Amino acid sequence: MKEFGYKISASRQIDFDKIDHSLYRKIIENEPSMRLCIDCGSCSATCTAGNITDFSIRKMNLMIRRGETVGLQKEFANCMLCGKCTMICPRGVNTRNIILTIRKILNN
Amino acid sequence: MQNKTVAIIGGGIAGMQAASVLNRMNYNILLIEKKDKLGGHVGEWTYLFPTLRPAIEVSSNIIKEIKDKKIDIKLNTLVKNIEKDKKNFRIILSDESTITADAVLLSTGFDLFDASIKEEYGYGIYKNVITQADLEKIFAKPTKISNPCGKIPSRIGFVHCVGSRDEKSGNLYCSKLCCVTAVKQAIELKKHLPESEIFCFYMDMRMGGPLYEELYLEAQLKYGIHFIRGRVSEASEKIDNSVQLKVEDTLTGRPLKMTVDMLVLMAGMVMSETGKQLVKSANIKLSESGFIATQDMHIKNNLSSMPGIFVAGTINSPMSISETLADAKSAAFEIIKYLEESN
Repeated sequence: MKEFGYKISASRQIDFDKIDHSLYRKIIENEPSMRLCIDCGSCSATCTAGNITDFSIRKMNLMIRRGETVGLQKEFANCMLCGKCTMICPRGVNTRNIILTIRKILNN
Repeated sequence: MQNKTVAIIGGGIAGMQAASVLNRMNYNILLIEKKDKLGGHVGEWTYLFPTLRPAIEVSSNIIKEIKDKKIDIKLNTLVKNIEKDKKNFRIILSDESTITADAVLLSTGFDLFDASIKEEYGYGIYKNVITQADLEKIFAKPTKISNPCGKIPSRIGFVHCVGSRDEKSGNLYCSKLCCVTAVKQAIELKKHLPESEIFCFYMDMRMGGPLYEELYLEAQLKYGIHFIRGRVSEASEKIDNSVQLKVEDTLTGRPLKMTVDMLVLMAGMVMSETGKQLVKSANIKLSESGFIATQDMHIKNNLSSMPGIFVAGTINSPMSISETLADAKSAAFEIIKYLEESN
């Protein structure tokens, strides 16, 4: 039966004071170039996986910087590690190595 | 007449402006230009941002000043070598003649980044991919605007930051004038072709100059130019010679493809090849960006690493016309100071 009445909606706000930065810190320890991203989207535009799935490496990297890490493991499984994103990046971010690092951390 | 000579290498607006000031202060000037006419890049441009005035108004004004003053000009001449000989400079020219000068001003300007280096955009491969300099030449013609295949374009794309802000082309700096140039050219195209749709693909809109932001606003409000935040990752030619773009529309977070009839690449500014060779011969330092490294970017920004050799204009960094003219006047002042102090 449908329940009626009031309930509290979860906030959509990114609460920057309570973000868990641990994953981001672990990644940049291994791949400091992640800091250089300016969100131009070249990586996602050229991404083979991104054209057939919801996967956007730019968005994922941004979400990690904002501490939003739920469901990441599944997202990163879409990547085929072709490395086109790394080739195109105008800031020299080693996106491929970021993905490998994330996979390694999340698998542990 | 002051009994001192200043050799000015490069007859664009920077070199001419400095020549004009130094001439007024009664110095002997020798203005050396590699091409067969004065004016440099401005002389080859059609309309200027942000007002869309004809470029010739600016270049012809300065050229007239130089000619009226009967300044010594050497056209079709390259500088082969600059040597410091005690206090003077010995300059060997391409006609094998040698001149002596008390000070040298380098105003060799910039080259447009070679857009064919960014192979993913297909410049020089696909017919309908052009640069902003090519488009400016199209504007100079009185005929109706068409793409290089002769079709009146119904959709046109502009790619910002080609060879600028790009580690892969070795240029980390922002050329800073391409954004406003794209907006200016988009407006002009829309004026010629009101039925067309125009899209600018940008990473950041850098409209940091007088009336630039206002022009951006006008482009949206009056001309309906579209702006999509994403750096185009590749362009490919279709069978009908139209060009298909791939980009991430970063604000929706989804990959986007679009077909355009003409693609305009906003190629950045790089140190000119002529400047590079000169600098090598004179043993002058360059900065990491490939432009000149001055003695102090704030307070000695017209002084090269070699005392007596000065710089003005876009040999230093990307600059607008107003900035270039101001910089040339500033360089002229530094030269006067140097010559007076070395008396």
